[in-house]
Amino acid sequence: MRYLLTEEQKMIVEICRRIVEERIIPVRAELDEKMIFPAEIIAEIGRSDLFRLFIPEKYGGMGTGIFEVCLATEELSRGDLSVATTYAASGLGFIPIILMGSEEQKERYLPQLASGEKLAAFGLTEADAGSDVSAIRTTAVKDGNYYILNGTKQWITNGGEADIYTVFAKTDPSRGARGVSAFIVEKGTEGFEFGKKENKLGIRASATRELIFNDCKVPKENLISKEGMGFIIIMKTFDQSRPAVGAQAVGVAQAALEEALNYSKIRFQFDSSISSFQAIQHMLADMATNVEAARSLVYYTAQAIDNGEKDISRLSAMSKLFASDMAMKVTTDAVQIFGGYGFMKDYPVEKMMRDAKITQIYEGTNQIQRNIIALDLIKKGFI
Amino acid sequence: MEIKVDIQKCTGCGICKNYCMYDAIEIINKKAIINENCIYCGACVESCKYNAIEITSDNKIEKDFSDYKGVCVFLETHDNKIIDVGFELLSTGKILANNLGVNLSAVLICDNEPLNLYDVFKFGLNELFFVKSNIFINNTDDIFAKALVQVINKYKPEIFLAGATMFGRTLIPKVAAIIKTGLTADCTALSIDNDKKILLQTRPTFGGNILATIVTKNSRPQMATVRPHVMEIKYENKTNDTDNNQNNNNEKGLSLSDYRNKIKYIEIDESKFKTKYKLISKEKETEEKINLNDYDVIVSGGRGLGGADKFKMLKELAELLGGVVGASRAAVDSNWISYPHQVGQTGKTVNPKLYIAVGISGAIQHLAGMQTSDMIIAINKDPNAPIFKVANYGIVGDMFDIIPKLINKIKAGKPII
Amino acid sequence: MADKLTIIVCIKQVPGITEIKINPETNTLIREGIENIINPFDTYAIEEGVRLKERFLSDTNNINSDIQVIAISMGPPQSKEILKEAISLGVDNGILLSDRAFAGSDTWATAYTLSKAIKKIEGWKIIILGKQTLDGDTGQVGPELAQILNIPFLGYASKIVEIDKNKIIIKRLMEDRYETFEMKLPVAISVGKDINIPRIPSLRGKMKAKSADIPVWDNKHLGLDEKECGLNGSYTQVIKIFTPEHKHEIKIIKGTPEEQVNEIYSRLKELNLI
Repeated sequence: MRYLLTEEQKMIVEICRRIVEERIIPVRAELDEKMIFPAEIIAEIGRSDLFRLFIPEKYGGMGTGIFEVCLATEELSRGDLSVATTYAASGLGFIPIILMGSEEQKERYLPQLASGEKLAAFGLTEADAGSDVSAIRTTAVKDGNYYILNGTKQWITNGGEADIYTVFAKTDPSRGARGVSAFIVEKGTEGFEFGKKENKLGIRASATRELIFNDCKVPKENLISKEGMGFIIIMKTFDQSRPAVGAQAVGVAQAALEEALNYSKIRFQFDSSISSFQAIQHMLADMATNVEAARSLVYYTAQAIDNGEKDISRLSAMSKLFASDMAMKVTTDAVQIFGGYGFMKDYPVEKMMRDAKITQIYEGTNQIQRNIIALDLIKKGFI
Repeated sequence: MEIKVDIQKCTGCGICKNYCMYDAIEIINKKAIINENCIYCGACVESCKYNAIEITSDNKIEKDFSDYKGVCVFLETHDNKIIDVGFELLSTGKILANNLGVNLSAVLICDNEPLNLYDVFKFGLNELFFVKSNIFINNTDDIFAKALVQVINKYKPEIFLAGATMFGRTLIPKVAAIIKTGLTADCTALSIDNDKKILLQTRPTFGGNILATIVTKNSRPQMATVRPHVMEIKYENKTNDTDNNQNNNNEKGLSLSDYRNKIKYIEIDESKFKTKYKLISKEKETEEKINLNDYDVIVSGGRGLGGADKFKMLKELAELLGGVVGASRAAVDSNWISYPHQVGQTGKTVNPKLYIAVGISGAIQHLAGMQTSDMIIAINKDPNAPIFKVANYGIVGDMFDIIPKLINKIKAGKPII
Repeated sequence: MADKLTIIVCIKQVPGITEIKINPETNTLIREGIENIINPFDTYAIEEGVRLKERFLSDTNNINSDIQVIAISMGPPQSKEILKEAISLGVDNGILLSDRAFAGSDTWATAYTLSKAIKKIEGWKIIILGKQTLDGDTGQVGPELAQILNIPFLGYASKIVEIDKNKIIIKRLMEDRYETFEMKLPVAISVGKDINIPRIPSLRGKMKAKSADIPVWDNKHLGLDEKECGLNGSYTQVIKIFTPEHKHEIKIIKGTPEEQVNEIYSRLKELNLI
């Protein structure tokens, strides 16, 4: 192991590798083709304690840092990004509860999320509110002991599959982003329904659906923190979760690199393996270097967060930005090395290329990441 | 019991270390040292060119087994018929019996007279012990074991053989444990040591990578189970028969009453045969009724295929040839195809007229299950694949190119119905 | 007082030989790179043992029972590793039977030694074994062990249909038929691949395994006569080990794919297959 991992961290990697080899690789092409949600694999991930990682021990978790979550996410992404996205999206759903939830909320929701018995989801995006959080139209109006939610969330990962949703809605439409609040909404609540399952370019096995709120009555105890804290919760959550998107990108790029490397050794043209051609060698060298650079940045960011570094928005955005752009390039180059075969569904690299694209888009597009980095840089310079 | 390395003879060549599957040999200062991992399997003893390794076991008093005589075969029945492995064992048993100059007998335990009962006399059988009772309607191994023990203790055969069927493999160990004698599982070759007049039982271990010859030391009978389809069925050669059945065994065969005289019904006290197993239900398996041995042609795929969907082309080819699809362990372990299709040491042993191996490298465990096929055609892109060591025809090439072309050619050559 | 209900799983460490290589010049095995693993069929036995415990625990009738799964292995000291692995998969405790006196045991001597150890364990009701090992491949230890303990043995279980503290109903797949049997406990059973899909170890299981203490029971503990165990206690003995030889002539079909296909086609014609 090139990085100095603890015994526990090595175990996490070992467990994920076995899940990838034994459970994911044999079925990933079919899950992708038929858009089948990987319920059994997610159950196995739950049984293996991987959902426990980031959750404090007090609530049935193992109280590890973000670094461990990144290790698990990277390895799972080596197998299939749909699975890794499902795994990471549940984390995205419960991080707000860990960061800002009340004691009662933590006790009620975290243990069943830690065991993997239930999945969480993060309900933010809307048709007209992607990068611009202030454009959210879903509303939450207080009515006695309840908030009444109305509106539609779009492209919600784990939609329909998750039991516990962190939903962002405006409690004060006059205040823009500062009028957004976060609520925990359980599946089965009256007035809460799901729209159609989206047909996607990549991560096709993951569930992406609309959340439809129609006079949905949510108990007031389910408000996370206070009214108007929604935007801060979003930013704090993303600061923690972005390295995991970086880890997804590193994982899928690593997988594509391995495939391309192996293929280059067994593909013969002009009586030589194509790995003997400098054109291919240089591509492989660039791919490997970029994967390693991204991995280093992701690990460094995760460890900075775990060491209690407060000001991490810039680093966090950088890790997501760099790793996802790298993954798009590396997976595209892997298809190129495979040539015509790479374009065919018989080999896994075309899927990796399709999957990699989402890492440049979700949890803040890479354009937003550049905004965050640039603004932070101009405001604070080098600290 | 001890294992010793003669350091005078040992050259530290390290061949034994390679042979040892248990990490029990280290070469220190150019001498082989045997550590605590050793299980006394003897592989190193055989491997040493310098005879430097020796296993000594505590000398035991040679027991007198002169009251144990003859070769006895267990005949398993299924659906009111004696199954083929019984006839295979009678053929082998007769050779062993002739070698030792003793009688061949057989034991049959069932609720009814099997439809093919009289076929057993085609093998020069001297005596058939028949335990017939309604209590044997199901294959409940405890009462079968009890009946077998009764027969063995009474008639004391020196050699006892049974089929290594699923039933045989659980029943016979029970019998051996009750009698307290040795049992060698899944033998592929049986012979007699002419000096010691004992049974040499050869069986594959390590998935067929190694063959071991085993003897039963200080107990009788010498018991062995034998894999179905391994031994050949050989009827008695009637014209050259020189044993004491010669007069009876003429061209016309024996009359029914002659046969009847060879059957000895064994009485049992049914009240003492209470099984601990209560059968709740019995049903034919319908989901996948693949029996590779029912087919003359097997088209097998291995790791080289790369995925479950690739078996479609093999299936198409197999069906065109009136055959069935087989698979290597690697393909089955990857869940590309179900276990009943597996050929090899841990799957089925097959010997079809034609075996086509596609993308199978030929791990020895696979070869052990198919190398007796009449004709083997291997297609593999690796010219060094071990499968070419057993194949009659080899093609080094891309199966994804060749198989579809072959399918098309066969189809084109077929008259359109 | 909680009554004890113990599920015993017998496991063996074997060389992982699925990918074995042979040196073509010397015709000898290449031992290098072969790792020791849990016998593959035993992983199904472990899983079934753990599932049975979970099944018992989910039944409120067993609320006062002390249910545990114990894995036993017999072998050299390094076999501790597979017992730890079993713990990472949900087994409560492991016991290693290890003594130079046990080395060289045949199936009977192995079954006999195991039986002595099992008799020292409290509350055992079910013994689960893999249907055969990768190295020896005999499948005999289970039935011999059951016979020595004088309990029923059912091989090739493919489903435990029902179980309570007194009886078990098992469905098994024989060559061409399913059979379902009911037996009174205690019983021994053997399992194959069709019974379950073994879980992947959990992180907490791995942490527990790392610090687990595996007791070693030697012959002093079991008290067997040296004549009854190991090579001396075995009824069978290996007298020769050799590598099978393949002498063979092969015709390599050369040419373009079309020419190769034509050649196979004519062979198939000769065999009257088309």
